[in-house]
Amino acid sequence: MSDQPENLRVILAKLGLDGHDRGLKVVARILRDAGMEVIYLGLRQTTDSIVSAAEQEDADAIGLSMHNAGHMTLAPNMVKALKAAELDIPVIVGGIVPDDDVALLHEAGVAAVLGPGASAEEVARVVRDAVQANRAGAQA
Amino acid sequence: MAENEPTQAELRAAYDREMARAKLREIPFETMSGVPVDSVYGDGPYPGQYPYTRGVHASMYRSRLWTMRMFAGFGTAEDTNARFKELLANGGTGLSTAFDMPTLMGRDSDSPWSTGEVGRAGVAVDTLADMEDLFGGIDTSAVSTSMTINGPAAIVLAMYVANAEKNGVPRKALAGTIQNDIFKEYQAQKEYIYPPRPSVRIVTDMIRFTAAEMPKWNSVSISGYHIREAGSTAAQELAFTLANGFAYVEAAMAAGVDVDVFAPRLSFFFNSHIDFFEEIGKFRAARRIWARWLKERYGAKDERSLLCRFHTQTAGVSLTAQQPEINIARVAIQALAGAIGGTQSLHTDSFDEALALPTEKAARIALRTQQIVAHETGVANVADPLGGAPFIEWMTDEMERQAEAIFAHLEDLGNGSILEGVYAGIENGYFVGEIADASYRFEREVNAGRRIIVAVNDFTDGAEPQKDLLRIDATTEEYQLKRLADVKLKRNQAAVDEALAGVTKAAADPTANVMPPILEAVNAYATLEEVVKAMETVFGTYVEKAII
Repeated sequence: MSDQPENLRVILAKLGLDGHDRGLKVVARILRDAGMEVIYLGLRQTTDSIVSAAEQEDADAIGLSMHNAGHMTLAPNMVKALKAAELDIPVIVGGIVPDDDVALLHEAGVAAVLGPGASAEEVARVVRDAVQANRAGAQA
Repeated sequence: MAENEPTQAELRAAYDREMARAKLREIPFETMSGVPVDSVYGDGPYPGQYPYTRGVHASMYRSRLWTMRMFAGFGTAEDTNARFKELLANGGTGLSTAFDMPTLMGRDSDSPWSTGEVGRAGVAVDTLADMEDLFGGIDTSAVSTSMTINGPAAIVLAMYVANAEKNGVPRKALAGTIQNDIFKEYQAQKEYIYPPRPSVRIVTDMIRFTAAEMPKWNSVSISGYHIREAGSTAAQELAFTLANGFAYVEAAMAAGVDVDVFAPRLSFFFNSHIDFFEEIGKFRAARRIWARWLKERYGAKDERSLLCRFHTQTAGVSLTAQQPEINIARVAIQALAGAIGGTQSLHTDSFDEALALPTEKAARIALRTQQIVAHETGVANVADPLGGAPFIEWMTDEMERQAEAIFAHLEDLGNGSILEGVYAGIENGYFVGEIADASYRFEREVNAGRRIIVAVNDFTDGAEPQKDLLRIDATTEEYQLKRLADVKLKRNQAAVDEALAGVTKAAADPTANVMPPILEAVNAYATLEEVVKAMETVFGTYVEKAII
């Protein structure tokens, strides 16, 4: 793995009905400013629509924003849908996730969880780390 | 001074006459040290006098405190019903209903879209049966109820009416508010169903229906709250909200309704954020602008049409997940700004809301917080207590100036029509773009340390693990699915089909009002989503362009 920055391609989406998109838009701009390519799908996405975007766009990571307490159902569903499509892409969840649920989401295959108050640097680093860890895992 | 403008002495005399007539609460209006205080200080126009900068009524909280209206809703209708009863027993004076995301989006609990979201962020309402449970044992003629719903507002209002009438309460006796503010959905909250124009047609149908049959009902609560939560500045919140209000006025007038027939039942909903003086200036400017525009531009004659009456909620977005207990202090400051700003009702956020829906204890502390503001601080004794202070007057003028610049832009976009300007601003991404820019600017400033958020980017010692969060377990969804299946099994399907056909027919006829056939449909236990789809076949759906 080289240390050179590369243009990671990151899909950002709201899965399901939740319309709180302030955080996701901020993250989109943070990642863009950090040199990544953001594919912003926006609101009301399904696991299917995200999987097909990930295939078409050759995505390196998928960021889901969740503010409606649906994360314990929706995030694992996303991981399963990617697996079913044989796509090895890390899923990062951002939003309001109680501490107790973070470990459960990790167990369910979510690569990282970003909570409220994460700094711009932290957001970009977590995405990069998740992609690198995923690649390292794939090589192992 | 213009020739007919009243003198200060005349204004004061008129104010004193109003006060002499006002029925006041029987408490001493004095400081805690026993010093009697006047009901208002400084110059006129006084509260209750055009342009109402200083308040909508002369006596303000001396007659009646603001309504302490706590927003609640989670899980099943029975769960929320119990929370309602708890809030009423604890001195809450109005109900406010939070619906879950599927309900807000017009989806039934058994829709594939609803998986994982049933009863999570509010209460699930699929059919009239759920509305019956939600208000079971509550006399709907004796409470005022606020329902926060927009896309499917017509259907939920119909369910509320149907439930009341089944309990012998006529619709004309119902008091309350339905949010029904579809413009801010495209701009900020994103809970729309149909495209803007057919959605506004439904709103005007509801304005006509409530104006004719529900005299105590506020047909639209024009809401800046969500615009602010989505990241706007205070002035953008003010301007976008009032512009949306002007747009509804223009739409209803275009539909042939006299402005003085519906404008008195329009109410507003603002955010009370943490910058104390800016917020107070915003509230004062809102009253002044609304009064001027309604009188001068829309020709309203009835004084009640000119009054910007508003609900306030403290800023959920200002609450921190870090060290959540300190949010109690933020909420207290924001509640005080709302009271000084002259709000008609107030929801105080619970300290744990950055983490989850509030626990019962946190909701009670939030209610107690506004009770302290109301009963202990003395703020309720004197109307507009900061009026006349140079900074507050300047801030009020500044808010107004910024808002007028935005109105001018919208008027430009709409070739002289605010309504068309709002449509155009939705179509060309103006509103979402402005809000996203403001939101990102703020985040960058926090990130760079230019702004301090206590416990987030400074003063971070003392963080503890989270505890005692309200959890909605998965049994809610199972329960609700079974409940919905039962209702569908028991109802008369032929009656449902016929009623739904009536809804579609009314939707297709621009001269018809959709409310009566929707009432028929919900009375037949048609589901929310069935009624939504019955109109969707005519109106289509709205998909937002995804822009960052």
